[in-house]
Amino acid sequence: MTVDQAPAGPPPGAPTPPAERPAAPPALRFLGGASGPVFVLLILIFAGIFTLNPSFAEPPSMMFFLRQAAPLIVLAIGQYLVIVSGEFDLSVGALVGAQVVIAAALIDGEEARTLPVLGVMLVFGLMVGLVNGLITTLLKVPSIITTLGTMLVLSGAIQLWTGGAPTGALSESFRVAGRFGIEDVPVLGQLPWALLILVAVALAALVLMRSSYGRTLVSVGDNETAAAFAGARVWLVRTGAFVLSALLATLAGVLIGGYAGVTAQVGDGLEFAAITAVVLGGVVLGGGRGTVVAAMAGALAVEGLFTLFNQLSLPSTIRPSVQGLIIIAAVAYAARQGSLPWQRTRPRAPRTVQPTRR
Amino acid sequence: MSAQGTAAPPRPEPPRPAAAARPRRRGPSSTQLVYLALGIILVVGAVLLAMRGGNLFSTGNLVDMLTRSSLLGFVAIGQTLVILCRSLDLSVGYVVALSSLVAATTMAGDPARIPLGIAAALAVAALVGLANGLVVTKLRVNAFIATLGTGLIIRGYLDTRYQGPAGEVPAAFQVFGYSRIGFVPVSTAVMLGVAVAGILLLRRTRLGYHMFAVGGDPEVARLSGIRTDRTMIIAHVLCSVAAGLAGLLLASRFGTGSALVYDSGYDLESIAAVVLGGTYLMGGSGGIAGTVAGVLILAVLDTVFNVLAIDPFFRDVLRGVIIIAAVALYARSQFAKRASRVRFPKAGPGDRAAGRAPTRAEQEQEVRQ
Amino acid sequence: MGVNEVTEPGPGRGTAPTGGAAPSDPAGAGGSGQSRSSHRPQAPQTSEPAPLLRMTGIEKSFLGVRVLHGVGLDLRAGEVHALVGENGAGKSTLMKVLAGVHRPDAGRIELDGAPVRFEHPLQAQRAGVSTVFQEFNLLPERSVAENVFLGREPRRRGLVDGRRMTADTEALLGELGIERLDPGARVRNLSVAEQQVVEIVKAVSRDARIISMDEPTAALAGAEVELLYRLVRRLRERGVAVLYVSHRLKEIFELGDRITVLKDGRLVDTADVAASTPDELVRKMVGRPMSAFFPDRAAGAAPGPVRLRVEGGGNEQLDGIDLELRGGEIVGLAGLQGSGRTELAQALFGIGRFTRGRMWVDGRPVLPRSPRQAVRAGLALVSEDRKAEGLALNQPVLANARMVLDAVLPGSAGRRARRVPEILSSLELVARGLDQEVRFLSGGNQQKVVMAKWLATEPAVMVLDEPTRGVDVGARQALYTRVRELADAGVAVLLISSELSEVLGMADRILVLYDGRIAGELPAGAEEEAVMALATGRAARGAAR
Repeated sequence: MTVDQAPAGPPPGAPTPPAERPAAPPALRFLGGASGPVFVLLILIFAGIFTLNPSFAEPPSMMFFLRQAAPLIVLAIGQYLVIVSGEFDLSVGALVGAQVVIAAALIDGEEARTLPVLGVMLVFGLMVGLVNGLITTLLKVPSIITTLGTMLVLSGAIQLWTGGAPTGALSESFRVAGRFGIEDVPVLGQLPWALLILVAVALAALVLMRSSYGRTLVSVGDNETAAAFAGARVWLVRTGAFVLSALLATLAGVLIGGYAGVTAQVGDGLEFAAITAVVLGGVVLGGGRGTVVAAMAGALAVEGLFTLFNQLSLPSTIRPSVQGLIIIAAVAYAARQGSLPWQRTRPRAPRTVQPTRR
Repeated sequence: MSAQGTAAPPRPEPPRPAAAARPRRRGPSSTQLVYLALGIILVVGAVLLAMRGGNLFSTGNLVDMLTRSSLLGFVAIGQTLVILCRSLDLSVGYVVALSSLVAATTMAGDPARIPLGIAAALAVAALVGLANGLVVTKLRVNAFIATLGTGLIIRGYLDTRYQGPAGEVPAAFQVFGYSRIGFVPVSTAVMLGVAVAGILLLRRTRLGYHMFAVGGDPEVARLSGIRTDRTMIIAHVLCSVAAGLAGLLLASRFGTGSALVYDSGYDLESIAAVVLGGTYLMGGSGGIAGTVAGVLILAVLDTVFNVLAIDPFFRDVLRGVIIIAAVALYARSQFAKRASRVRFPKAGPGDRAAGRAPTRAEQEQEVRQ
Repeated sequence: MGVNEVTEPGPGRGTAPTGGAAPSDPAGAGGSGQSRSSHRPQAPQTSEPAPLLRMTGIEKSFLGVRVLHGVGLDLRAGEVHALVGENGAGKSTLMKVLAGVHRPDAGRIELDGAPVRFEHPLQAQRAGVSTVFQEFNLLPERSVAENVFLGREPRRRGLVDGRRMTADTEALLGELGIERLDPGARVRNLSVAEQQVVEIVKAVSRDARIISMDEPTAALAGAEVELLYRLVRRLRERGVAVLYVSHRLKEIFELGDRITVLKDGRLVDTADVAASTPDELVRKMVGRPMSAFFPDRAAGAAPGPVRLRVEGGGNEQLDGIDLELRGGEIVGLAGLQGSGRTELAQALFGIGRFTRGRMWVDGRPVLPRSPRQAVRAGLALVSEDRKAEGLALNQPVLANARMVLDAVLPGSAGRRARRVPEILSSLELVARGLDQEVRFLSGGNQQKVVMAKWLATEPAVMVLDEPTRGVDVGARQALYTRVRELADAGVAVLLISSELSEVLGMADRILVLYDGRIAGELPAGAEEEAVMALATGRAARGAAR
């Protein structure tokens, strides 16, 4: 495509040689572009919460809120990795449920089994991610179908195994991560382990996205062919994203299990909540656009919104409606910004303005 | 019109087009494959049951199979239309629930209000479809998100407004759900009627042709003067109306409207049936005949498992595996077909006849992934 | 998308003045044959018939670069009008103006003597002007008949009349002398040539009186070319004006009635084929004064060691490729469209790889099976289609420039990536910053990012496939200079270009491809005519089929 159709080129009068470093620090870039609205939304939501309930701003209740939000944020990070590479992961909700049930059944209340069972869960998560990734990349099954299939298999298998009602119990030490924290911290009161884990995961995700792997992942999502021509192993890169998503779902399962206890329904709908969060963060379905920070902010916004509804004493049943409206509005907004391709079709002759093709 | 191909008239032009001389490879169509698969599953199921002393084709089992298929059938037929347009509808489960409630509460047990109830339920469903279509085309929201969003909006409404079953369906309307002609339940007959209407729509109307075009390549469709947005919106409306029919059936079976049916997984299951039926998830290829076979396959499996007293949850596991395997198989055959195009007509050195072919094949492949 | 919303197709709805131009709706006409035959009477003779279509003073610029300078062209009913010129001469742009894809900045288009404006391809189609692009506008999953009548399906009592659609398609195919093309066959299963036939039939079914074809034979093999020839002749007999864009002189002299030559966006000449000779034509097409912006070759510098060697390389597209690239030299690779230029570049790079032959980089045997292996071996490929294959358009400059390092050499990414800003500076990249997304850059600056991406890998061999396509003159100069510096630094450069002047100006020696083989090698000072002779197969009959 020869003639550039870029809506905004560099200012014609001011040809600037590239700076040695990026002109704006990455942290400030979030405020522009498709990711901008989520931060504004976040501020609005919390302004609303604080106005309605000033005591919410006190550190202990914030800590409580963050502990509650941690699993969704962890899931959103995983979903972000998959979405930014151009795929979907619908299996995370079922995986969270499966991991909690597995943990309860295998630990069965015995402290000594906690660590080995955590190991089993990690291996199980790894395998689910591998299956998702390899079927999608090597067998060329659309990821929405692959992960939908995994979701059916997981939920069915868990029900089959437990006969419908989860058995066993989690150990106390297993529940520490989701439920407890460092007590008697000045100002904060309790500093939840979940929050510390979340911060660690978030930092790791930031580092990952700045690493070669992270950059290649985004390139693959943006332009698979260009990435392949640059020497990337597209299948491996994408499979990696699925594996990471499954491992993070495992972690979310540990947090949720500790916090909420064991039911087979514990993961229901989490995949859509995570996708909502990621999309709300301005991450574009189809890949290649959006930052992991914005995805996390999206998850925080979703949780904040639910808290706001509690403050407003709205029935919890209305939550889905608001979630639906917001997700549509967010994507429509992004589309209006022109940052969302209406349909990704191959470039065609009548549209492109290119003198010759091979 | 038929003689042309076989009996070549003795024309003076000696050079035969090389391409024409090439034998055209045409395997069975995907629809034929699905029906073949259905046949195999029927045979295997029948043998399995026979070994246990059962009969898959007993009236009871046939009725069970067909009853199972009618509900999903409605939804999947509608889903086929949107998927053909390269769209998707994740809100169908909620539409089923909503329309069952609208029908039951409108009828309120009064036989005279049956037509009104049906009309109200279908109208509400059509409105949801219209909203889906408008959001997808005018607001340019990805169909996955758009229909997930409308689904959630409906869910919030249902959860807030209805705590349990509501409304009452008059006995006369329950005929729709329970009576049958021979071993064919009325609901299945209606579903098959809708399927035939859908097939007619796709094969014999301009609208149907244009749906294939919009799903196949929106740009080509537009350049051919097709109003792509309108086509897409109509597909969404029809999909929701089909889901509304499923809601009516549900109401007549339960005798009341129920909000909780949205949890039954119709959305994903219908997509699975469509894909199983050989319709291409990225649009432009497939059809309702295949979808009906896909629905029947799932129903036969359910019945066989039921009779064999296999754990219902194992059904989900198997279903997941079957869906993935089916799509992988289709993806493979698609890939193989395209790959074979590259090598035409002969891969001799210096013959670069395939010069452009691989490019196009590759592009397609890439686009469809 | 709103722009593309179009009203229901119907007769005479375009902006075209009607008169003879109104296409009769095939759904309404009694039989497809009769309705079209009304256009036939115009005699295909040269006794100064009134032109069917006249374009005058067409001007078109893209981003301030003028591509067409007051070009004029007229088409007569029943003629095959060849449009020739080097790449970048403006042929395709002119064609797209006619097709309604581009709107001209100035100039008039007259159809049957009345002015028309085509705002959209559909309007052009309705006025009887159809275009067969190289990218076909077909639905691969639908049948031939369904494609031909797409958007205008004949109906009977409200339902699509499939039988009639098939019969009409069959009749059209028969009229055009195409046998053995089943109207019910899926387009996906057709050969490229057959797909092209479908496009042409589609145009004819719309009562096109003018059909333009963009390099229709570029992808066709011998027998298929014959098929197309016959089809074009049939069209001419039917009184259709065919605008035929082609590089192949042989075709033009076999098929054409008149020739229009464009050069640098200007009209050079329109002449009768009968009064022209191939040599004369080539002279008109080329012979542009050599621009001064090519950097000087290092005077008398002896080429370094052999960095890339290929012996007997071949695959489905190529055969008998023998190559030797030395450090410090720029080897030009010329050839017509479809001669295998890009295929060769990609085969070297492990895409559509060599299935025969051997290859060495710096003396080490490698036969890359993937781009990854090629990169590891020290190869770099600036690919032809920058946006599809070269760039992740939504990513910032820095991410794109690091792409290969990140994808293939993560271990050294940090160290080498530190040099990336420096490399970008040396290419004189103009951007707001390294965090600007590349889609906002001009074509030239995008290409600099692609160059930087490969320079960062410190390659032994750099293959440049059409590096200056869509790049403005200023940026070209920077690219040329950098390429020469690269060679001077010991890298072996293979420069593929469809612009002869570029190859001649840059290369230390020139290889010419014809039909998937190397037809010959020429020294630096070669004449354009000599290159064209090899590239069109005139000087190497033996290599032709």
